[in-house]
Amino acid sequence: MNTKNTEYTIALAGNPNVGKSTVFNALTGMHQHTGNWSGKTVETARGTFSTKKYSYTLVDIPGTYSLTPHSKDEEAADNFLKSNDYDGVIVICDATCLERNLLLVLQIMERSERVLLCVNLLDEARRKHIDIDIDLLSEKLGIPAVGIVARKEKQLKALSAKLDEMMETETKQTHTPKKQRCAEELLSEAEQICNSVVTKGKHKDIDRSIDRVLTGKWGAFTSMGLLLALIFWITVSGANILSDALTYILFGLEDILYQFALDIGVPAFFRELVICGAYRVLAWVVSVMLPPMAIFFPLFTLLEDMGYLPRIAYNLDRPFCRCNACGKQALTMCMGFGCNACGVTGCRIINSPRERLIAMITNNFVPCNGRFPFLITVITLFFTAHSFSAALILALFVIIGVLATLAVSKILSLTLLKGEASSFVLELPPYRMPQFGRVIIRSIFDRTLFVLGRAAAVAAPAGALIWILANINIGDSTLLASFSDFLDPFGRLLGMDGVILMAFILGIPANEIVLPIILMTYMASGSLANIEAAQIYTLLTENGWTWITAVSVMLFSIMHWPCSTTLMTMKKESGSIGWTVAAFLIPTACGFLCCFVFTTVARAFFA
Amino acid sequence: MKSLAHMTPGTRGKVVGMDIDQTMKSRLVDMGISCGTEIECVGISPLGDPIAFKVRGAVIAIRRRDCRNITVSEEMEHNEHEKH
Repeated sequence: MNTKNTEYTIALAGNPNVGKSTVFNALTGMHQHTGNWSGKTVETARGTFSTKKYSYTLVDIPGTYSLTPHSKDEEAADNFLKSNDYDGVIVICDATCLERNLLLVLQIMERSERVLLCVNLLDEARRKHIDIDIDLLSEKLGIPAVGIVARKEKQLKALSAKLDEMMETETKQTHTPKKQRCAEELLSEAEQICNSVVTKGKHKDIDRSIDRVLTGKWGAFTSMGLLLALIFWITVSGANILSDALTYILFGLEDILYQFALDIGVPAFFRELVICGAYRVLAWVVSVMLPPMAIFFPLFTLLEDMGYLPRIAYNLDRPFCRCNACGKQALTMCMGFGCNACGVTGCRIINSPRERLIAMITNNFVPCNGRFPFLITVITLFFTAHSFSAALILALFVIIGVLATLAVSKILSLTLLKGEASSFVLELPPYRMPQFGRVIIRSIFDRTLFVLGRAAAVAAPAGALIWILANINIGDSTLLASFSDFLDPFGRLLGMDGVILMAFILGIPANEIVLPIILMTYMASGSLANIEAAQIYTLLTENGWTWITAVSVMLFSIMHWPCSTTLMTMKKESGSIGWTVAAFLIPTACGFLCCFVFTTVARAFFA
Repeated sequence: MKSLAHMTPGTRGKVVGMDIDQTMKSRLVDMGISCGTEIECVGISPLGDPIAFKVRGAVIAIRRRDCRNITVSEEMEHNEHEKH
């Protein structure tokens, strides 16, 4: 029965970097639940779409080079394909590298009856003078095949049509299990097929020319440093503009809300709690913390789309290898820039469990989007207002984080996580023009909305809580003051004070709220008045902040316990409470040590 | 005959032997490298390790010590109809 209601489940497979996500998004659009971070398919995402004839559920299985289980991704893919939970498979292949891609296709064909080969990136193949006879390919393999350019086609009509066709064809019901040949044999077969199906002409390899600069002896580190500084500079400058606008709007709105509450006679306690407590912190997070995140994330995704990130792993593999860790840790560190929880999940790309743990535990040394605004604010207030210098200083602190990562990785691999560096193979994909529109739209929807959501869920209640703590007295001081006084001696030892430490502790749910909590507490009223940048500086210095405090705070921001989301992810990924506790304690211990040493030395020489 | 680890950028060869452990071998096969595969060295990481190779149209980076026990025979001529 060919009714529209017939639902089929289709698995979407393919090598990494072949545009599988593009196809998935093009087909399922908004009808999907994605994994943690758009741009990296580590979870199996599912989505639905309909063609003229049928409805489909599309399961995006992790990108793998083969079904041989070397890593969790491949195991997950293999397990799914061995189960009978699907009706067909679409395998996406890269036209510029068809031979290797066919290995996966042939393996999948040994496990599934209905396989549709989808050759993507035909435009790139054309540019490289590679021509593929799709019909002949289909004939030789014995399965339907279609060629597409996923980036350019909005609806992938040819693919949908071929899929419908495939679901309608009777399959040869073979009850004998297919012989599973070894990979070498399949590679030979792939080579033979490609020899007759693919014709190549001469072309200038632009990728190699670019790599000569970006991975060259002098070019590599210069370009990485400049790129980092550039991204930070754009983030800092752009964020300033956005912040000003949002502050104006949101705090203006607060006045209106306050007046409204007065007018309708809301009781004072409630009015103060909701507007001066919860709303203000929410407004602060949205106007000060959100803009840098909203700018950084798309920039970073663009870089990832371009294919640059594996080059970072390639350039930095040697030091990681020396620390008995994996070069792919450089990649997970990059992911950590966006969100440490995503960085921890991303560690799945590391095959060795030992190295994966090292990468997960050290991920927090890379400051996430939630911590950037804090760092930027402190740098701008205490060191320089000039955005380019601010960007450089920010880059400097990030480098400190990277060095801490390497040092701790080395120590871990000599003590708790003893072992040798494992073998790994890294692919350097071709450089691709990023899809600017798609990245920006996805960033806005996925990341920005997520942060807004978290601001509402975490910052608002936190603001309310702080207000309550600041207005409840025990003895002759508020709960808030008592707590921070208790922490004060220890805080001073580290170059900070009790208020700062308390803010970091209360900031466990989300790093964005650390700065608002510090400011609110200093203002003693337990609420966050709308203050300008200059006033923040006065507020801080009046409370004893010096440049030493600023540096200690920034160091601690780089090296302290992970946020609750990251801790929960750590537990989920490692499956062990012990390692989660380690992930909590190790960065903290480093932070305590570094702050203590820095403060003691700085006070000895300068104070 | 020499080892993959000794190839310099711009040189080509054909893999003739892979005397390495099964896991690494399997991983390399997944990336398209097996006996008889044509391989070209296209670059070395700025810090000296790993080395980048072009194989079956894709570029793969392998650590020096993992390449050591893979032997290649060098291609003497530059073919017109090169397949790599």
